[in-house]
Amino acid sequence: MRWRLVSVIDEATLRSDLPLPARFYWQMAVIRELEDTLLRLFQENQLFGTTHTSIGQEANAVALMNAIDRERDTVWSNHRCHGHFIAYCGQVVPLLAEILGRTGGVCGGRGGSQHLCYARFHSSGIQGGLVPLGVGTALADRDAGAISVVMLGDGTMGEGVVYEGLNLASLWSLPVLFVVEDNGIAQTTPKALGVSGSIRARAEPFGIRTFGAAETDVFCLHELANEAVDYVRNEQKPAWLHLESIRLGPHSKGDDTRSESELSALRARDPLTVVADQVGDSEGLLGEARGFVAEALSKAQGMSIACA
Amino acid sequence: MRVVEAINQALHELLERDPMIVVLGEDILDPYGGAFKATKGLAERFPEQVKTTPISEAGIVGVATGLAIRGRPAIVEIMFGDFLCLAMDQLLNHASKLAWVYNDQITVPLIVRTPMGGRRGYGATHSQSLEKHFCGMPGLTVLAVHAYGDPGDVLRAAYAMASPVLVIENKTMYGRGVADVNELPRVERPDIGIIAYGGMVEPAVAAANRLRDEEELDVEVLPLTQISPFPKQRVQELGERTQRVLAVEEGTEGWGFASECARALVNAKVSFDGLAAPAHPIPSSRPWELAILPDADAIFDAALRLYEAD
Repeated sequence: MRWRLVSVIDEATLRSDLPLPARFYWQMAVIRELEDTLLRLFQENQLFGTTHTSIGQEANAVALMNAIDRERDTVWSNHRCHGHFIAYCGQVVPLLAEILGRTGGVCGGRGGSQHLCYARFHSSGIQGGLVPLGVGTALADRDAGAISVVMLGDGTMGEGVVYEGLNLASLWSLPVLFVVEDNGIAQTTPKALGVSGSIRARAEPFGIRTFGAAETDVFCLHELANEAVDYVRNEQKPAWLHLESIRLGPHSKGDDTRSESELSALRARDPLTVVADQVGDSEGLLGEARGFVAEALSKAQGMSIACA
Repeated sequence: MRVVEAINQALHELLERDPMIVVLGEDILDPYGGAFKATKGLAERFPEQVKTTPISEAGIVGVATGLAIRGRPAIVEIMFGDFLCLAMDQLLNHASKLAWVYNDQITVPLIVRTPMGGRRGYGATHSQSLEKHFCGMPGLTVLAVHAYGDPGDVLRAAYAMASPVLVIENKTMYGRGVADVNELPRVERPDIGIIAYGGMVEPAVAAANRLRDEEELDVEVLPLTQISPFPKQRVQELGERTQRVLAVEEGTEGWGFASECARALVNAKVSFDGLAAPAHPIPSSRPWELAILPDADAIFDAALRLYEAD
């Protein structure tokens, strides 16, 4: 590594000062606000390229990233990575700058929305392609007590390399947590047209223990994530964590073919509403997040554009 | 020393020198020591550094990339070059790209070694020379072992690069002795230059010797070790020295080594021709396979045609 960090996370952004319920809500609110902002910027033609927002999946990101040891553990994320990234390190300005193609971006404007790297967080736009890399980092860092977390989706179940990774991780008894954020839809293809059998049961024949949840409640998910992370770290074995999640936004910018009735049923499970009454002043936190992201955006927009 | 022994010795030396190195591949444990015996003795001597793997080429290259990113230089053996296609995504979209895409926050000290080439009767999926598909990939260096230099030096150079390197070996070469670079034909004022790499260097030298003996032509053979990024300048210098250049490759014609040589020479006053295998699958029948792969006789004929066309 060319650089060493004093601390991976931006404590001020992740609001380590708040009690856990409000802190987790705040982190989800920042993710939601950032993703909404990106969609708005696209509509206004202020963003170049594409993006994949994690609206509806914020609780997964916050539950998981708060369960791992960010200083030691490695995260391999995917195209839908903004939420994972923010909950991992809180580097909101460098993330926005990266998506805006600025030199101050987390990868200097080289990677863009899908290709993020910061400390031990990495993402890529190739479905499942990073799975074996996660097996490799788990092998490299096993003796340091570190684990690797690999973020997958239901659509990724079609990629063969995922199963090569499951086989290797189990064969070599490596601490890898495979997380499937099963939002039921791959771009526009519903799960019924793309996935046979059971996602929940997929890792079991590899001898891999499975954890699963159907909730979108961040506190329940955090407990489950802690359990899975502890198992992987203490037993030095892989685990499969299947989260029945929801995607409330489009696949990328405006490509949602689902009906309004289907979407409104999903909105009943919105992670920001299901726990709103448990966090005190949720409206206040949402409002603060709005101001915080707006300020971060203007900082990022002030940076110079990356070019050869 | 035989070529495979030189490779094996260099691997032993590298693992001894750097205990962080991990070697991965299929069937590489002792006493088997790999399908071509290049990894013989490694697993017994360095059990912590050698991992035999399931048949999962993409998985192996991906694991190796993950190890490399975390400071464990990784050396992967892909049993047959034909199987490298299964790891294409890993090389193209991950190993070769991530360092740049991540703004050089990571390094990827990764070596992938694999044998290419035919003439062993292994048929259409175990005999190909597919390296052209891995050349021109930004972030991946492609080196090819040839008979007139120590193949161990190629591996040592690849290790020193500390970045993704694909090392092409040639399966017919493994059992033959390592020749000295001084055994290459030396000519003062060459009439023709033949440029080749890997397994085509030896037949090129045989053709050059025959052209000298039978046609009184002075032929320089330029063997390349690094084929990608393409060493344009060395090809151009050969063109300046010889005025006639023949590029030889064992892989199928088009979109390949000869095309790249032609691109390097496009503005030079040089007569040029390329020799390659036809765009055809490799037959498993011995005479049929030998008939379609370029050999010393085909190189002799092509070089003579090039000379006589002037």
